[in-house]
Amino acid sequence: MAGHGESHVHPVSLYTRTLWWLMALLVATVVAGYIPNVPNWLGVVIALTIAVWKATIVIMNFMHVRYSGKLAWLFAGAGFFWLLIMLAFAFADYVSRPWEPFNGWPE
Amino acid sequence: MSVQELQKTATLEHTADGHHHSDGILGEQFETLEQQNTSYLIGMWAFIVQEVLFFGAIFTAYAIYRFKYVLEFTLAHHELSVPIGTLNTFVLLFSSYTMARAVRAAMQNRHKKQAFYLFLTFLFAGVFMVNKYFEYSAKFEHHLFPGGDYSAHAVVEHAQKMGELREVEENGQKFYELGKTRDGQFTAFKRVTPQEFEQRTRLFFGFYFVMTGLHGLHVLIGMIIIGILIGRALIDHAKNKPVADFMPVEMTGLYWHLVDIVWIFLFPLLYLIGR
Repeated sequence: MAGHGESHVHPVSLYTRTLWWLMALLVATVVAGYIPNVPNWLGVVIALTIAVWKATIVIMNFMHVRYSGKLAWLFAGAGFFWLLIMLAFAFADYVSRPWEPFNGWPE
Repeated sequence: MSVQELQKTATLEHTADGHHHSDGILGEQFETLEQQNTSYLIGMWAFIVQEVLFFGAIFTAYAIYRFKYVLEFTLAHHELSVPIGTLNTFVLLFSSYTMARAVRAAMQNRHKKQAFYLFLTFLFAGVFMVNKYFEYSAKFEHHLFPGGDYSAHAVVEHAQKMGELREVEENGQKFYELGKTRDGQFTAFKRVTPQEFEQRTRLFFGFYFVMTGLHGLHVLIGMIIIGILIGRALIDHAKNKPVADFMPVEMTGLYWHLVDIVWIFLFPLLYLIGR
């Protein structure tokens, strides 16, 4: 939606650069998965950080959000904001179930 | 004349004669091309947000059960092939690149180039699906499909070989101890019955098949749309059309990148973590 719906042709280098970054991050995430004696939680944090990083550059460069109008930003942002709300509340629910004074979520 | 100017001229000619040709770009409900394109994009983004939440709900469920049964899920993780997963990630990332190039060619009204990049994208998607077929076949063969003949046998055997599972018997009851072997010494973290182990690893493969299956379905739908777009681009090329509406390619591109993003999360969360 560059300049309110005008076609905006970006240089090829934008896409090539993005591809190299994605490939580098793919290698990084696979290598990180094989480092011995990494605690489980840290492995998840590393994997998710790289995944968010990859997704962000796809959204910004391939999906052109970086060059888009405010409305596209709002929509893209809203999607991930709702997702965060869903994750946060779902986890808050399951984590807090054992605190309840009756048999809820079985241990 | 620039692409934008060309498109505007095409639009003006088409509205000036008062008729709406089937190959006209501007729909009659829109005032300008900018308005039309913005509407298209916002509609597509609304769909993408919906897709993010659709997959997000399944990711949430997966995260909760993995958190709860982390040892069982970790052993089940080991049954997935990292080389195939890595290859498929590579293929899909590359297809996102060729898709972006196809959108770029479409914006420049270079129909032949557009068809070429769309074809490459289609080809990579095909490679992805073929890999998926082999992957699924292997799971079925090892009875890891969570259907009627599901058996955790392959998981147990593999885990025993890696020293992460031990069979113990107490009062005539069989148990699995899940843990780690370091310097020949087994440390148990958790004790489960074989039935519990079977149910929980089955749950993992349930998530695996639902998540990768729905993602694969999206790839398949993408391939059909890309196939149609290739045909369109080739027709535009044959007709020597100076200006064509690039929005269908742009919107398909957005969809395709979304499919890529879903895989970007599926790959580490299913194949890599817990190794």
